[in-house]
Amino acid sequence: MKHFIRINGISKRFGDFTAVDNVDLDIEQGELFSILGGSGCGKTTLLRMLAGFEMPSSGMIEIDGVDVTHQAPYNRPVNMMFQSYAVFPHMNVAKNVAYGLRKEGIRRAEIDKRVDEMLELVQLSELKDRKPDQLSGGQRQRVALARALIKRPKVLLLDEPLAALDKKLRERTQIELMNIQDELGITFVVVTHDQEEAMTLSDRIAVMDKGQFQQIGTPKEIYEFPYNRFVANFIGSINTFESVVTVVDDDDVKAYSNEAGETLIALGKQLVDVGQQIGIAIRPEKIFVDKEKPADFDGVCIEGVVDDLGYLGNRSLYRIKLASGKVVQVSSQNRRRSVTRFLEWEDKVWISWKSRSAVVLLD
Amino acid sequence: MSNGINKNDELWRRFAIAAPYLWLLVFFLAPFAIILKISLADPILAQPPYSSSFDGDGRPAMSLSNYFFLLSDKLYSITYLRSVAMASVTTTLCLMLGFPMAYGIARAKPATRSLLLLLIVLPFWISFLLRVYAWMGLMNNHGVINNLFIWLGVIDQPLQIMYTDFATAVGLVYSYLPFMILPLYASLERMDLDLVDAAQDLGATRTRAFWDITWPLAKPGTIAGCLLVFIPAMGEYVIPYLLGGPDSLFIGRVLFDEFYSNRDWPLASAVAIILLLLLVVPIVLLQRTQAKDGEQAA
Repeated sequence: MKHFIRINGISKRFGDFTAVDNVDLDIEQGELFSILGGSGCGKTTLLRMLAGFEMPSSGMIEIDGVDVTHQAPYNRPVNMMFQSYAVFPHMNVAKNVAYGLRKEGIRRAEIDKRVDEMLELVQLSELKDRKPDQLSGGQRQRVALARALIKRPKVLLLDEPLAALDKKLRERTQIELMNIQDELGITFVVVTHDQEEAMTLSDRIAVMDKGQFQQIGTPKEIYEFPYNRFVANFIGSINTFESVVTVVDDDDVKAYSNEAGETLIALGKQLVDVGQQIGIAIRPEKIFVDKEKPADFDGVCIEGVVDDLGYLGNRSLYRIKLASGKVVQVSSQNRRRSVTRFLEWEDKVWISWKSRSAVVLLD
Repeated sequence: MSNGINKNDELWRRFAIAAPYLWLLVFFLAPFAIILKISLADPILAQPPYSSSFDGDGRPAMSLSNYFFLLSDKLYSITYLRSVAMASVTTTLCLMLGFPMAYGIARAKPATRSLLLLLIVLPFWISFLLRVYAWMGLMNNHGVINNLFIWLGVIDQPLQIMYTDFATAVGLVYSYLPFMILPLYASLERMDLDLVDAAQDLGATRTRAFWDITWPLAKPGTIAGCLLVFIPAMGEYVIPYLLGGPDSLFIGRVLFDEFYSNRDWPLASAVAIILLLLLVVPIVLLQRTQAKDGEQAA
C-alpha cells in the first residue's frame, strides 16, 4: 500500500547545526500523527519543511503521491495552524477565515457559504464580526483552526496546538480537535512537547531527539515498550536498573543488577548478548509495595525503606531506598478511603513486580 | 500616613499631566495667539513694526487684508503649491527608500540590527548645516559628482545640479530619511513573522502576503513617518536656500524674507498661519483614520 505522506531521508542543516538528521517517516491517510520532543529537537523544523517554509538540505517529501519537496507553501495541499495562531489582527473573524478562499479566487457567494459552515463547525458563528483582540485565547485558536481547515487541505499541520491554553480548556479543545479530525477525515500532523497531549490525541507518535526519531509507534507501544532510555524517560517516569545480561532465553532476558542486588527478568524484545550492559526498566505504577514480603510471588521482590512519600489524592507516590542506595519510585492507587497513612517514613517495605512488566533498554 | 502618600501621588500625577499642557500653552499656544494677532494688523515703520489691535478710541482695529492679499497674489499661491509639491515628492521618495531599509533592518539578526540602526542615526552626530554644505560640495559644477562623470567620460560639460529643484529634493530626502525609517522600523519590528508565513500557507504569494499583511500592519509607522517628513519639509528654509539657490520659491524662504528683508511682520504672520492650516488639515484627516482603525480594533 502507498503511504499518504512519505518523508524520505530528510535533513535540514543551518550552518554547522543539523536540525533534522536524515529522517524517514510514513504517515497514513486520516491518521492523527504526533511528533513529540523537547525544544530544539528538530520537530518544528520538520513541520516547517512539510509546510514549505523551510527547504530541506536533502531528501524528499511526497504527499498523496506528489513530490512537494520544492513546492512553495502556497502551492501545497497543506495548511498549518501556528503556535502563535497568527490570526491576522487587522481582519475580523470572518475575513480571517475567508482569506485562503479569497486567494483561490472563489466566488463571493461560495466563500460566504463555506465561511458560515466552518464557523458553525468551530462554534464561532456569533463572533464573526469581531476583531482578534476582542477574542479569548481559545477563540483565537478556533479561528486559526477554521482558517486552516476551510481550504480542505489534504494535511493539517498543528504546531503546539494546545500549548497556549489553560488546563481545563486544553482538555476540552483536545476532544474537539479529535472530533473535527474524525468528522473531516483530514490527516493531522501535530508537533508537541507535551507527552500527555501526544498520548491522548494521537493514533501514532514519533518521539524525536537531536534531529532523529527515537521511536515511532502507537501511544501504547511507546509507553509500554520504549526502545531506549530517552524514550522511556521522556514519556512518563520510569525506574531503570543498570544490569549485566546473564541468561538469554527465547522470550526473556535475565540480568544481574548491583543496584537491585538481584537477578532481574524482562521480556526481551531486542537482541542482547550475555555479558552486555543493559538497563532493566519498570514503570512506577507497575510496582507493588507491601509491608510483608509477598508469598509465592512470580517476579522480583526487593527489600527497602520508605525514603519519601507524597499524597496526590487519587494516588500516592513513594520513593523507596534499596540496600544499594538506589531510590525506586512507586505509584499506587488509593483504592480505599483512609485518613491514616498506609506507610510512614523509614518503614521497612517490600517492593515487587511481575517479570512481564519490565522492559530491556539498550541505550 | 498612607493617606499622605496618596495625596502626594495625586499631586505628582496632576503635575505630570499638567506639564505637557503647560509646555504647549507657553511655547505653542501663546506664540500662536501673538502671530495670529500680528497677522490681523497693518505694517508700520515703528518698533514693533505693526499697528496696534485697537485704535485710539479703544475700538478693535483688525482686518483680514493680509489674507486677502495672500490669496489674490498668484506668487504666494504658486509658492504654497510648490512647497506642497516638494514636500509630497520628498515624503514619497523617503517612503519608497525608507520602507525597504526599515524592512531590511527589522528582519536582520539582532546584532546586525543594532549596528544598522546606529548607522541610520549616526549622521545626527554631525551638524545638519555641515551635512547640507557637504551636499553642495558633491553637487557643485566642480563638485565630486561632476568631476567623476567627466573623468568617466559620461559628460564633457559639468551638469547644473546645484540650484535646481532636484538638488533641493536630494537634500530634503537625505535629511529627512531617518525620520521615515525609525517609525517604520518600530512598527515592522514588532510584527509577528508567523503572520506572513500564515498568509503564504493560505495561498498568498510573497508579494501578495506583503500587500495583504505587512503593508496594512505597518500603516501606523507609515503615517507617523510621513507626517514626520512632510511637516518639516513643508516649512524647510535652509535646504531650499542653500541647495535650491536664492531664487527658489518655497514657503519657508518667503516667510523668512517677509519677516527679515521686507520687515512686513503682519504679512509674514499671515503666511505662517496659512502654512499651519495647510499642515493641520492632513494631520487631522490622518488622525481620524487612525482613530477609526483603533475603534475597529478595540
